[in-house]
Amino acid sequence: MAACTAASPDELAATLAGVPHPSEIVDLRATESGLVMLRGRMGGDGRPFNLGEATVTRAAVRLPDGRTGFAYQLGRDAAKARNAAILDALWQGPERAAVEAAIAPVRARIEAEAAARARRVAATRVNFFTMVRGED
Amino acid sequence: MYVAVKGGEGAIDNAHALLAHERRGPTHIADLAPEQIESQLALAVDRVMAEGSLYDPALAALAIKQSRGDLIEAIFLVRAFRTTLPRFGASQPLDTSAMAIERRISATFKDLPGGQVLGPTFDYTHRLIDFMLAAGVAPPPPVEAPAETEPTPRVTDLLDGEGLIEAETATGNEDVGDLTRTPLDFPANRDLRLQALARGDEGFLLALGYSTQRGYGRTHPFVGEIRFGEVEAEFVPEELGFAVPLGPVAVTECQMVNQFHGSAEVPPQFTRGYGLVFGQSERKAMSMSLVDRALRTREFGEDVVAPAQDEEFVLSHCDNVQATGFVEHLKLPHYVDFQAELGLVRQMRTEYFARQEELKEAAE
Repeated sequence: MAACTAASPDELAATLAGVPHPSEIVDLRATESGLVMLRGRMGGDGRPFNLGEATVTRAAVRLPDGRTGFAYQLGRDAAKARNAAILDALWQGPERAAVEAAIAPVRARIEAEAAARARRVAATRVNFFTMVRGED
Repeated sequence: MYVAVKGGEGAIDNAHALLAHERRGPTHIADLAPEQIESQLALAVDRVMAEGSLYDPALAALAIKQSRGDLIEAIFLVRAFRTTLPRFGASQPLDTSAMAIERRISATFKDLPGGQVLGPTFDYTHRLIDFMLAAGVAPPPPVEAPAETEPTPRVTDLLDGEGLIEAETATGNEDVGDLTRTPLDFPANRDLRLQALARGDEGFLLALGYSTQRGYGRTHPFVGEIRFGEVEAEFVPEELGFAVPLGPVAVTECQMVNQFHGSAEVPPQFTRGYGLVFGQSERKAMSMSLVDRALRTREFGEDVVAPAQDEEFVLSHCDNVQATGFVEHLKLPHYVDFQAELGLVRQMRTEYFARQEELKEAAE
């Protein structure tokens, strides 16, 4: 699910195309965009407060065999959320391995980008040193 | 005399067409794509998300294009957009200690566990205009170093053991106030104050924070820690009953540590002010934490003597959409109001001159 939220719309469409799936998929609820109020904590670890909202799109689908899938994702991309919901449904059955394999390149891309970012940030680490006092 | 007037529809339509024309600018210059704004004017996008109180970078970028770069107008557009959407619920509180750190500094602890990283910052630049940017010169690739794997605990946890610093208390599932659902009432609790400050105008909060430093409600602040990076937002949908990841959200957090002399009930300890803002905005997060601490004045039995400590003053004026709405409404037709005032002033002048005349006659 985390890989699905961080994937681009094109990546997720390609992922779904890589997993054999039935075409008769029923929407349990129309895919829709809405808001989720994001909360923070006072001081980072104290009582919660409302920080501000985020746009979130949700989808709920059912496969012909009765399996259901859900998706809640930041943003307003309905097609992407629906694709994620279908992948979620497929993942809960025999296609699990196929879904994992299809999303592996997306996961690798996300991890590689995060790792590159972490390396670039690490190069900005401050190493303090104490100047020698000239008392002698 | 009351005169109802109507008209201007044609002028309004034509003005909006002219606005669209001016927004586009000279057509021999490429049209600006929202994606360019989102990636290359990212800090403007962050400000619009923070004060628009809506995390959606693509939407904020589009709003900036539509508003021709007028950020308060863009914030207004985003606020209006959010009113068109249903709310699914509230997220789990963001866990900033699990942030993918892109910047983390402390002005109080040199050897911070997890280290200090500067990240992409304007600090220590010489503030000289870089004409290479106009020439379209590509920047050199950033330097890389082995990534850190050490945990990055909150700096405020380091002093917690000795009780030298005020501890935050997280209680169970208590109600969280929401000023978008219930109008603000005073005195307002800290949850509502923080919500108002998080969406408040950066310039207004900056000025108030500055005023506390200059002596109008001094709080002796130190930057305990500032961190910026992405945290995973999680939400528990009713139909699932367990938390699902929504996606990464970039936030800036500021922990301000303030001196406090103590009182009859509380031994001397450091108190805290907190800032949390969408996107990368250190100035806003720092200002927010200064004002948060100033607004806690009564909590510590201190006297309210300065504007930054007056919650009714701060919270009633920190919202720039409200402020611009009331200031800018003055330019809308007030013909009837003014007509009434005009009549009143004429009458008062007639009475004044009549009185003068009477005095003159009496003197003679």
